[in-house]
Amino acid sequence: MREGHGLLFRAMAATDFDVKYVANLARLTLTPQEEKLFGEQLGQVLGYIEKLKQVDVSNVEPTAHAVPMVNVVRADVVQPSLPNEEALRNAPAKANGLFVVPKIVE
Amino acid sequence: MLNQLTISELSGHLAKRQCSAREIAQSCLDQIQRVDNSIQSFLSYDAADTLAQAEQADRALASGITHQQKPLLGVPIALKDVLAVKGQPLGCGSRILEKFVSPYSATVVEKLQSAGAVVFGRLNMDEFAMGSSTENSAFFTTRNPWDTTRIPGGSSGGSAAAVAAQECIATLGSDTGGSIRQPAALCGVVGFKPTYGRVSRYGLVAFASSLDQIGPFTKDVRDAATMLGVISGHDLKDSTSVPEPVPDYVAALDGNIKGLRLGLPKEYFIGGVDPEVSNAVQTAVKQLEKLGAEVVEISLPHTEYAVAVYYIIATAEASANLARFDGIRYGLRVDGPTPAELYGKTRGAGFGAEVKRRIILGTYVLSSGYYDAYYLRAQKVRTLVRQDFLKAFERVDAIVTPTTPTGAFKAGEKTGDPMQMYLSDIFTISCNLAGICGVSLPCGFTSQPKLPIGLQILGKPFGEATVLKLAHAYEQSTPWHRERAKV
Repeated sequence: MREGHGLLFRAMAATDFDVKYVANLARLTLTPQEEKLFGEQLGQVLGYIEKLKQVDVSNVEPTAHAVPMVNVVRADVVQPSLPNEEALRNAPAKANGLFVVPKIVE
Repeated sequence: MLNQLTISELSGHLAKRQCSAREIAQSCLDQIQRVDNSIQSFLSYDAADTLAQAEQADRALASGITHQQKPLLGVPIALKDVLAVKGQPLGCGSRILEKFVSPYSATVVEKLQSAGAVVFGRLNMDEFAMGSSTENSAFFTTRNPWDTTRIPGGSSGGSAAAVAAQECIATLGSDTGGSIRQPAALCGVVGFKPTYGRVSRYGLVAFASSLDQIGPFTKDVRDAATMLGVISGHDLKDSTSVPEPVPDYVAALDGNIKGLRLGLPKEYFIGGVDPEVSNAVQTAVKQLEKLGAEVVEISLPHTEYAVAVYYIIATAEASANLARFDGIRYGLRVDGPTPAELYGKTRGAGFGAEVKRRIILGTYVLSSGYYDAYYLRAQKVRTLVRQDFLKAFERVDAIVTPTTPTGAFKAGEKTGDPMQMYLSDIFTISCNLAGICGVSLPCGFTSQPKLPIGLQILGKPFGEATVLKLAHAYEQSTPWHRERAKV
């Protein structure tokens, strides 16, 4: 089974996959080594998942959740929430009860 | 050696005052001292706090509280590093959360505490639950107690190894594509993945929100039933938890499985499975038949697509869930001149290779131009996978399969090839896609070397009681659950 799958996904590696472009969409700074390695490895994975194209999915509804529940709401009553100092407890940079971030506007 | 006993044995001892909760906690801490250098299940634990909780349990026992009222009173239970305990570290096996301290507790943790458990320790895992071996932990690889050159499985590898090495009495893990059942099989313990919605996910760090469930690792099926009864139930803090009553799971363990119908999916008994695994599972099926179950062949025709569906849906959901780790509100921050550069550098430095690969894959399958071809198509095939199971469950009460194709593999054997690692979850993944429940329990050993083999029993949505009943009847008629790893 293993060898069989191996051959299958190596033969079908995706060609139009630009790892650098996608990593930027995901806000992940990669090293050149990572770009090369992930590009090759994910090319193989994408080749493998191509097999879904064999399945006839016409007239099939998508499943987002296995449990069919919709519009779950609770009573609109104020509940206690995290106090400010608890919310800031793990902040990498804070001041005056706020998170400190790089300057966004001049 | 109190650490070697089960929850049911210990509650008997405590009720008769044959031992104290403090002695139980101390024997677990002693075992950790003795073996955890080689097993490495624990990322951290607080011995003083553990003993203080145990003393509190002893005071409760002295005041007349019983195990009828608090089923886990005085029982040491450790947690996968993905569950929040107020005031304790929560790291998900990742550098990006290395110094994070939880501001609140998970619902399951509150439930364990109200049931009297001594909740302690952070157990090793693949980073953000992404992996099948604990080799993706940012800190170290946990070792299989049956053979320390091998991995314990993953992602809840620390949770499985800690029970197998008798470092605590039971643990909790999480299962997104097999992360409870696969390590339970490879370490020779019982691991239960409840139906999606059975257990609240509040306080569980999200990996793939439509697939994740929390569940127990125990030494036997009775303990699994006890743990499941404690952690199950509807929770207003998790909108995907289901308001379904929680039956008495322990009461379901009556040994009577006469007339229950078991399905053997022909797609799971194929080439590529180690013959020793296959033989052990076939023998287990015969044993279940001998106990009165009826066995029929069934078909789950979309099985071969499950791994592909999973790696689209799970990575897509992960890419969205892990967007929160951006260096602004908590966790690691690597500074940059603009917010975008700060995000990129923080995430580049804080996440390990597998997490990055999955975020990239998930981002890609959701990106403009590829959404329909990958993500939407995968969701449709997920419907077909789920329908396969629902159709099968019209004919059978449960489905029996191997949990994994082989016993535990060697550390380093699959790290260079993510696709091979993904395929080790081939028998466990469909259960999460379908949202049903399942257990893995020991059903034998390979011969050279001696490694545990897992039997998987899958049940209907909210069919936990039937699965536990079958697992318990099988377990009690076989010797496997009494075997312990020599550590």
